[in-house]
Amino acid sequence: MQVPAPFEYERATSVDQAIGLMERLGSSARLVAGGHSLLPMMKLRLANFEYLIDINPLHDELGYIRVGADEVRIGALTRHRELLESAELAAAFPIFRDAERVIADPVVRNRGTLGGSLCQADPSEDLSAVCTTLDASCVIRGPGGAERVVSMAEFHVGPYETAVADGEILTEIRLPRRPGHGSAYEKVERRAGDWAVVSAGAAVWLGADGTIADARVGLAAVGPNTTGIPEISDTIKDQAPSEALYEQAGAIAARSCDPATDQRGSADYKRHLADELTRRTLRKAVERARS
Amino acid sequence: MTTVHEPKLTTFDDNDQKPVGHGRMLRKEDPRFLRGRGRYTDDVQLPGMLHLAILRSPFAHARILSVDISAAEASPGVKLVVTGAMLAEKGLAWMPTLSNDVQAVLATDKVRFQGQEVAFVVADDRYAARDALELIDVEYDVLDPVVDARRALEPDAPLIRDDLAGKTNNHVFDWETGDEAATAAVFASADVVVTEDIVYPRVHPAPMETCGAVADFDAIDGKLRLWSTTQAPHAHRTLYAIVAGIPEHKIQVIAPDIGGGFGNKVPIYPGYVCAIVGSILTGKPVKWMEDRSENLISTGFARDYLMRGEIAATRDGKILAIRTNVLADHGAFNGTAAPVKYPAGFFGVFTGSYDIEAAYCKMTAVYTNKAPGGVAYACSFRITEAVYLVERIVDCLAYELDMDPAELRLKNFIQPEQFPYETKTGWVYDSGNYEPTMRLAMDIAGYADLRREQAEKRARGELMGIGISFFTEAVGAGPRKDMDILGLGMADGCELRIHPTGKAVVRLSVQTQGQGHETTFAQIVAEEIGIPPADIEVVHGDTDQTPFGLGTYGSRSTPVSGAAAALVARKVRDKAQLIASAMLEVSVADLDWVKGAFQVKGDPSKSVTIQAIAMRAHGAGDLPDGVEGGLEAQICYNPSNLTYPHGAYICVVDIDPGTAQVKVRRFIAVDDCGTRINPMIIEGQVHGGLTDGVGMALMEMIAFDEDGNCLGASLMDYLIPTALEVPDWETGFTVTPSPHHPIGAKGVGESATVGSPPAIVNAVVDALKPFGVRHADMPLTPSRVWDAMRGQATPPI
Amino acid sequence: MQVTMTVNDVEVTREIEGRLLLVHFLRDVLSLTGTHWGCDTSNCGTCVVWLDGEPVKSCTVLAAMAGGHEVRTVEGLAKDGQLDPIQEGFMQCHGLQCGFCTPGMMMTCRALLDKNPDPTDAEIREAISGQICRCTGYATIVRSVRWASVHEAAAEVTR
Repeated sequence: MQVPAPFEYERATSVDQAIGLMERLGSSARLVAGGHSLLPMMKLRLANFEYLIDINPLHDELGYIRVGADEVRIGALTRHRELLESAELAAAFPIFRDAERVIADPVVRNRGTLGGSLCQADPSEDLSAVCTTLDASCVIRGPGGAERVVSMAEFHVGPYETAVADGEILTEIRLPRRPGHGSAYEKVERRAGDWAVVSAGAAVWLGADGTIADARVGLAAVGPNTTGIPEISDTIKDQAPSEALYEQAGAIAARSCDPATDQRGSADYKRHLADELTRRTLRKAVERARS
Repeated sequence: MTTVHEPKLTTFDDNDQKPVGHGRMLRKEDPRFLRGRGRYTDDVQLPGMLHLAILRSPFAHARILSVDISAAEASPGVKLVVTGAMLAEKGLAWMPTLSNDVQAVLATDKVRFQGQEVAFVVADDRYAARDALELIDVEYDVLDPVVDARRALEPDAPLIRDDLAGKTNNHVFDWETGDEAATAAVFASADVVVTEDIVYPRVHPAPMETCGAVADFDAIDGKLRLWSTTQAPHAHRTLYAIVAGIPEHKIQVIAPDIGGGFGNKVPIYPGYVCAIVGSILTGKPVKWMEDRSENLISTGFARDYLMRGEIAATRDGKILAIRTNVLADHGAFNGTAAPVKYPAGFFGVFTGSYDIEAAYCKMTAVYTNKAPGGVAYACSFRITEAVYLVERIVDCLAYELDMDPAELRLKNFIQPEQFPYETKTGWVYDSGNYEPTMRLAMDIAGYADLRREQAEKRARGELMGIGISFFTEAVGAGPRKDMDILGLGMADGCELRIHPTGKAVVRLSVQTQGQGHETTFAQIVAEEIGIPPADIEVVHGDTDQTPFGLGTYGSRSTPVSGAAAALVARKVRDKAQLIASAMLEVSVADLDWVKGAFQVKGDPSKSVTIQAIAMRAHGAGDLPDGVEGGLEAQICYNPSNLTYPHGAYICVVDIDPGTAQVKVRRFIAVDDCGTRINPMIIEGQVHGGLTDGVGMALMEMIAFDEDGNCLGASLMDYLIPTALEVPDWETGFTVTPSPHHPIGAKGVGESATVGSPPAIVNAVVDALKPFGVRHADMPLTPSRVWDAMRGQATPPI
Repeated sequence: MQVTMTVNDVEVTREIEGRLLLVHFLRDVLSLTGTHWGCDTSNCGTCVVWLDGEPVKSCTVLAAMAGGHEVRTVEGLAKDGQLDPIQEGFMQCHGLQCGFCTPGMMMTCRALLDKNPDPTDAEIREAISGQICRCTGYATIVRSVRWASVHEAAAEVTR
């Protein structure tokens, strides 16, 4: 088996101690949580670090799902399995359970974390698409306990690049709650556990009159980052849900994305999926919002 | 004579029938595996053992300008660094392949595929060895590669094998079979001719255990002990003697437990030779275990056949002739494992299960800048390609004739009274009775109901497909007069010894990789000699402990070694009968064999058990004149013909019209492998092969970019089905014994891998009929299915 | 660095490199070779062991990360020489052939039954979907888990 190059292992004892370590060690250090993206890359020697700081011991501090009336707060070390199994989260945002069912596999989900997924910033990553869809904000803590909060658009600077600077840790994801919500996620994959060919998330908030008060669509694997598509939101806002409306949204998704041809599929096919999955998830999100 | 068996639900009550002979029986090897006490090659730990890692080429085609190992040699824990130039000084830089070509152990002049071996490091542990690889500095002059086989023979194509004297192009061989003129005449006058270009892409067996070896050379007694992942320990021993110049009696090849083979562990890989060299040079045991990407990019791949299939028929569906032209991509070295006289393996059985008037195949094989191999992945020496071709082209004919594909097949089967049947390409099918097998599969499937359901769904715009494949395999290589690998005949030895207390040990030349030989071979002997399987130890996987034979691949264990085991047991029984006649004081002719004992004809009260005979054979009393003490025998079995199992497979798929994702909803497999030794093990073999079929048909492919970079170098990129992609298999069986095999058994290990891909592809194509699709190539990923739905199906390479 | 963990109920302390993978710690340092490895990328699942009772892929966990935690491997499934029902099920239903993926499969399936004593076939398939078996075609593995489930429920076998 391939093995990583030598590094020093450090164990975090608290968030602030980990930040202190990061501050001292600079870019030669990297945080490791579940490790299921980072360690394979280090084994293949695509990434090398002098220090790995294991933040798994912080699970008590950073592993939580707090469902409030206006907001859901999820600790960055919350594991996929915990996200999948949380009935409260599924009730607030059904999209999470849809997505978690198709992320990697059950054993990997025992280790992988929400924060690790977001920080990996892979354009095909599902939870990034979910968080984009739900208009999440990311809490980043730095030296001296200073916290800043950024939107998903700000968080993902580019492929595999985030707004988290040296000496900072992503600690929490905040998801605003609004009434009339329904959401859904669909992924096309070549095989269970594969990365998405394309996946789409949709969230709607219906007004009292049944029209769409707000809607968001997030796509993965169709461009350099997971993509939210404001034009869809603008177009279907204040409209009554209908097949014609979903079709319109799908068409916007197809022309707004920028997929590349690769082993997972042709760019044309991926564009088609952006359309198809946008329609499917919007339809399901509306059904859920109504029920 | 064929018997048809309705499938029976497996209940938990009859799991272990404990037969004295053939029948369902739990496996003798399981207790150690269940406790984590299997012993695979990487589990071997020897005192002072060092670890070896291989530096591989990042380029598909490049000249090596220089290799600087000084930094690697200075790396902590490093004991030895070896380059191709250093091996060349010892005459070890090249080794023979199984097809009489040569392959570089470590590249000296050029690298010819991405992943080719360039240098190796031996160090204290596997981490230190890996670290040092990073420090080897190789300067390359990158050359244009040949990636597409179609380009290989163009006049301006780069020359890959300039190491071969006088070689001026990338041609490996031409081969033909059948009667070209007679076939052309039939085609010229046929009502209907259908032509289709059909690609069988490059796939990889990817057993869960990768390849590896532990070499331990003792300089004092000159003995080399080699634990290795080999399906053919005896053949490997002989080849090591030839390559390394170590006397053959000083080489002991031990194949411990093997974590799946599927053909991947037939060839000798450079890594094994490197481990041997490493042990000789360091005087220590050296372990080499390849990682997964090394396994996928450098070891035996399978297929890579570009086939043009043509079929001629009458308007009412009588198949008259089949013709094919094949371009075979053999990679950078011709490392195909096949009997010498069969450079295309057994592709000659491409006429399938049909009684036709003429057939012809012309094939050209070429070198490309890709890993060598060709025969691996449970293909029965290229029958996978042959069956795929014929079963696909027959479906194309059904499409053109607008005829039901089951009906078309039933109309053209070779009839039972025609066996033994000589095909138009010269293969003599030993026995077969195809229609009952086909009918049983259709009954289990509820074929008529499925077609009705499909019609209803089509009317609603839903995409459902039903695919059929009917295969005849040729397994059990093979008769010495025709078949050898590098001069080694393909007969198998077997030894049986009955101990004084009536317990037995049987020694085999074949090598299990999960097939359950320790159980099956005990059952074969038990059936013949009447000793319970629990009392029979099966010894295999050690060349110092077992008789010579060519190993396990091409489904040959039961047809060849299984026959040897039955015959050696009969030989022992014959001797036992002589001793029994003395014990019972009657003539040999007056004895009846009732399983486990001889009894005096007409007087069941007078009998002696095999156990009593064994004690007598080793005891102090007199034996009949001319009978030596002891109760043992050995034979070397030379099969008179291959065996020809057959089967009927039906696959049902649903396709999501919006996403083009294929779901295999049902799969019905009815196999006829002749006499069945352990039905539980047979069912397991079939299940595994069907899963391979789903993989190849829907997702598996080793792809390359235009620079020759392998795009399937990890299990993240090379997709293998999980439990979620395969249905709960539905199996049934018929029994048509082989007339020439001593117990009538045929061999089944590869049947399902061979038979299932066309059934699945035929099902997908059938589902896409409303779009006018007649053919689409594997792998049928959602993207490629969507292309086909839009009339834009393209070959994968 | 020094690491201390509990493996199959026994506390072990060893001096290791920080980069040592848990699978190599178990196999090479403790000689518990029942846990296998089959890929570099956490895709095959032959290396599954339990970390604090949860199945994890030990090729993607550092040995150091397991410090202070409890690890259980296939060698720790049988109790006092008595096979666990899941082991018995794999034997009864031919849930293994070459045996290479088997330890990882059994660890995952045992954990499934601990949480869900009567899983459906679909739940069993989902549970093992991160693990590849090249031999069995999975159907007999599903049957093996059901065997264990049925026999445990009927108290015919005990854990």
